[in-house]
Amino acid sequence: MKPSRLNACGEWVLDRFPLASLWKDHMTHYYAPKNFNFWYFFGSLALLVLVNQFLTGILLTMNYKPDAKLAFDSVEYIMRDVSWGWLVRYMHSTGASAFFIVVYLHMFRGIMYGSFKQPRELIWIFGMLIFVALMAEAFMGYLLPWGQMSYWGAQVIISLFSAIPVIGDDLSLWIRGDYVVSDATLNRFFAFHVIAVPLVLVMLVFMHIVALHEVGSNNPDGIDIKKLKDKDGIPLDGIPFHPYYSVKDIAGVGVFLIFFATIIFYMPEMGGYFLEHANFIPADSMKTPEHIAPLWYFTPFYAILRAIPDKFAGVIGMGGAIVVLFLLPWLDRNPVRSIRYRGGIYKKALALFVISFIALGYLGTQPATPVMTNIARVFTAIYFGFFLLMPIYTRWEKTKPVPERVTVELSLEEQLPALIEAFEEITELNPVSEDSSQHPAFRSVFFSRRPNAEGIRKVTTRLAKKLKESLD
Amino acid sequence: MNNEGVDESKRQFLTTALTVVGAVGTGYLAVPFLSQMQPSVKTMAAGAPVEIDLSKMETGQLIRVAWRGKPVWVLNRTPEVLATLKTLESELRDPQSLESLQPENSKNSGRSIKPEIFVAVGLCTHLGCSPTFRPEVSPPDLGDKWKGGFFCPCHGSWFDLAGRVYSGVPAPTNLEVPPHRYVTDTLLIVGEPTEGESA
Repeated sequence: MKPSRLNACGEWVLDRFPLASLWKDHMTHYYAPKNFNFWYFFGSLALLVLVNQFLTGILLTMNYKPDAKLAFDSVEYIMRDVSWGWLVRYMHSTGASAFFIVVYLHMFRGIMYGSFKQPRELIWIFGMLIFVALMAEAFMGYLLPWGQMSYWGAQVIISLFSAIPVIGDDLSLWIRGDYVVSDATLNRFFAFHVIAVPLVLVMLVFMHIVALHEVGSNNPDGIDIKKLKDKDGIPLDGIPFHPYYSVKDIAGVGVFLIFFATIIFYMPEMGGYFLEHANFIPADSMKTPEHIAPLWYFTPFYAILRAIPDKFAGVIGMGGAIVVLFLLPWLDRNPVRSIRYRGGIYKKALALFVISFIALGYLGTQPATPVMTNIARVFTAIYFGFFLLMPIYTRWEKTKPVPERVTVELSLEEQLPALIEAFEEITELNPVSEDSSQHPAFRSVFFSRRPNAEGIRKVTTRLAKKLKESLD
Repeated sequence: MNNEGVDESKRQFLTTALTVVGAVGTGYLAVPFLSQMQPSVKTMAAGAPVEIDLSKMETGQLIRVAWRGKPVWVLNRTPEVLATLKTLESELRDPQSLESLQPENSKNSGRSIKPEIFVAVGLCTHLGCSPTFRPEVSPPDLGDKWKGGFFCPCHGSWFDLAGRVYSGVPAPTNLEVPPHRYVTDTLLIVGEPTEGESA
């Protein structure tokens, strides 16, 4: 066959750029464990949201004015007068919350399956740096609409730095560029939000993935798949990332977009959780809103700040809540990675941690009454207890034997018979009294399905037993 | 790399020298780059003093003015308020304002030059929210212990009507009193120190 011009162009590029080997090393010949489950969607989804933030962010900068006099009106201009401006703005604001949802789930996956442990400590550190950069990005982005929440939220967070002894006041003055949050602050936050932090984020994401592809992905069993290889040196439990996981991730993207689009079109403010009500009032440096709370993704840390009655100690507690996450690979002394083979004490500790994180998140949205503050103190103690006592309780753990090969979970289709059986058990079929006026040949028998108390009790007991077993 | 015939110590010296020169250069460049983010000359000049006319002020009234972009309160305190202030000292963290910011002429228990006229920067010393003015005694939401004062809605700090912080709340010190002086009996200047005192 005569080589076409297109082929010739392709050859020309391939002779000069290692596209083929990059594609091979990171897609078709990158072997990932074959037992990835639901929890493994969130890495690729985070990447998707990052792209969404970049595209919509670039479009927003075309009409946004980073000037204290113009900013609020320019956002309203985007919402009302720019063609499809509302869509792009809602995609960006919802994307920010979506980013934190997928990143929190991604981090929880890492904690649950021990993905931060040797040899993946550096992946975890890069990931944590991404999380910190993301928090900075979200915080600075939230000032830009220049609403009341933007203004006073920034005022409170920048004032946190003034709690640092000696240099605190000068540091917060340097961050603001003025004696109060003002036009200077808005302008520099715009620069950080649009150029500096996104650049750092992209570099960190690159390093996160390079480090991951160097040591290979962990899996729900926490087994090193590179130990057992076939004669060609391919892991027995590995499958090529492309096409297997690229296709699987596309299915995940589809499901994610259903939720994402539903929020954008039907509840873009999410009842004040994604866009706060007070932020539809222009910033007023003379008056603080009645109740100020950060956006939902900061509230667990904000609740910790408020729970500690001393200004400097509160700031240390808030920062410490993030620092302990960085130290996780060295706090957990247990070599077993996956929760599936770990001892009951760790499973219970992790469950308590998740409960306290969600509870702190809720408490951070509420006004700080004395009762709420005391509850927040209990959960703050549990939060830090999970991390700081870890070197002790992970030594006591009685772990289960870890299998040689990965286990593959039943698919939903394979679980159907068991589900149908359970349904049969909790209900019973009763024949409905026949219509006796009919001739027997024409009589039809009706059945009605009624809940079966005995069956429900049995199934519930079995589920409870199973749940208890899974916590041992 | 071929290391044959290389004078290792000379190479080490050159590497170190280059590193040091580079670090010094970076250090020098960091000064203009970091100083760029300091408040500009224009911003600092914008802290111009504000004149406030007190002749039309009623007893018990609070007026807000902007100085350096911050809210500044001027409160005309009633005799009852002045009497209450004296009874609060046991509940306050710093009743004599020893650790708080105020000009010398306001360093007294009422934290003012004239007993009835109180001037303060309306930003909480905890994390910088602007407290709300609640002059009423024992309102239902704040309880019986409230004798009138400023309440910070952000993190629940309490201040009395001299801007003094209660103990057991997040704010560490009393509200800041800005430098101010009287030009005439009813004309107040905020942001300008009394003669013979630096701001």
